[in-house]
Amino acid sequence: MNALTAIGEILVLLGTFFYFLSALGLIRMPDVYNRMQTSTKSATLGSLGVLVGVGIWALGTDFGSIPWLTKTIVIAVFLLLTNPISAHALIRAAYKSGIPLWEGSVVDKYREHLEARMREEVEAPEAPEETPAGEGGEE
Amino acid sequence: MGEASRISRYLYTVIVLFLIWLFLTASLDPQELEIGLLLSLIVGAFTYEIFTTNGLANLSPRRIAYAIAYIPYFLWAMIMANLDVAYRVLHPKRPINPGIVECRTVLESDVGKLSLANSITLTPGTITLDVDGDKYFIHWIDVKDDSVEGASKNITQPFEKFLKVIFG
Repeated sequence: MNALTAIGEILVLLGTFFYFLSALGLIRMPDVYNRMQTSTKSATLGSLGVLVGVGIWALGTDFGSIPWLTKTIVIAVFLLLTNPISAHALIRAAYKSGIPLWEGSVVDKYREHLEARMREEVEAPEAPEETPAGEGGEE
Repeated sequence: MGEASRISRYLYTVIVLFLIWLFLTASLDPQELEIGLLLSLIVGAFTYEIFTTNGLANLSPRRIAYAIAYIPYFLWAMIMANLDVAYRVLHPKRPINPGIVECRTVLESDVGKLSLANSITLTPGTITLDVDGDKYFIHWIDVKDDSVEGASKNITQPFEKFLKVIFG
C-alpha cells in the first residue's frame, strides 16, 4: 500500500459516489430536461474519476505500468468529448418531439424563437402562383 | 478565417493521429513507432479534408498555452458543477428553478462553437439545447436572469476569453 494506490482508491471512491448521485438525480428530478442535467454531469465526472483512478491505482501495484495510465487517459478524454454531445442530441430530440417543460419552469426563450421563425416563413412573400387564365373553360 | 493549404492540413491530421497512437500503445519501440507513423499517414490521407480547416496554424504556441491553461480551469468548473448537482439532488426541498434562456456568443469558428457548447453542458446547471448562428438556447436549472445579456454574462463569457484565443 503506497501513496499511488491510495490516491487511486480515493479517486475511484469519489467516482462511484458521483455515479450514485447521477442515479439518484434520475429519480428525484421532475422532468426529462432536469434529469438530463443531473445525469450528464455526474456520470461524466464519475467516469473520469473511476478511469483515471484505475490508471493511478495500477501504477502503485506490482503488475501495473505506465501504459495503464495513458490508456485510461485516452478513454477519459474520448468520454469527455462525446458525452456532452450525446446529451445535447437527446435533449434536443426530446424538445422536438414535444415533451413539455416542468410546470415550475420560468421562461422558455426557445419556443419564442421557433414561433418567430415560423412567422417569418409564413409572412415571407411566396412565389406568385400563376393561374393560367383562359384554360379549362370548356370541356 | 480562410482555409490553410492542403499540405498543412494533412500534416496537422497526421500529427494528431500519431499522438493518439503514442498514447494508446505507450511504447517507444522503433518498430511500433514506424507502423504507427505509416498508419497515421494512411488514415490522414483519407480524413484530413473533414478533420480540420486551419491546418498547422492550430499549433501556434499561444494557442497551445491557452489550451493548457484552459484544462485546469475547465476541470475546476466541472467539479463545482457536480457539487452543485449534489446539493440540488440531496437537498430535501429540491431547489430548482428551471427554464430555457438565450445567449449570444462572439465565437466565429464552428469548432469553437462546438467546444463552447460542450463546456456549457458540463458546467454548473446548464445544458445546451440548440445552437443557431450566434444564438445559444440553454436549459438553465436555476434561472437568475432571463435577459439575453444577463444570461450571456453568467454562462458563456467565462469560457469565451479562453476559447476565443484557442479556436477564434
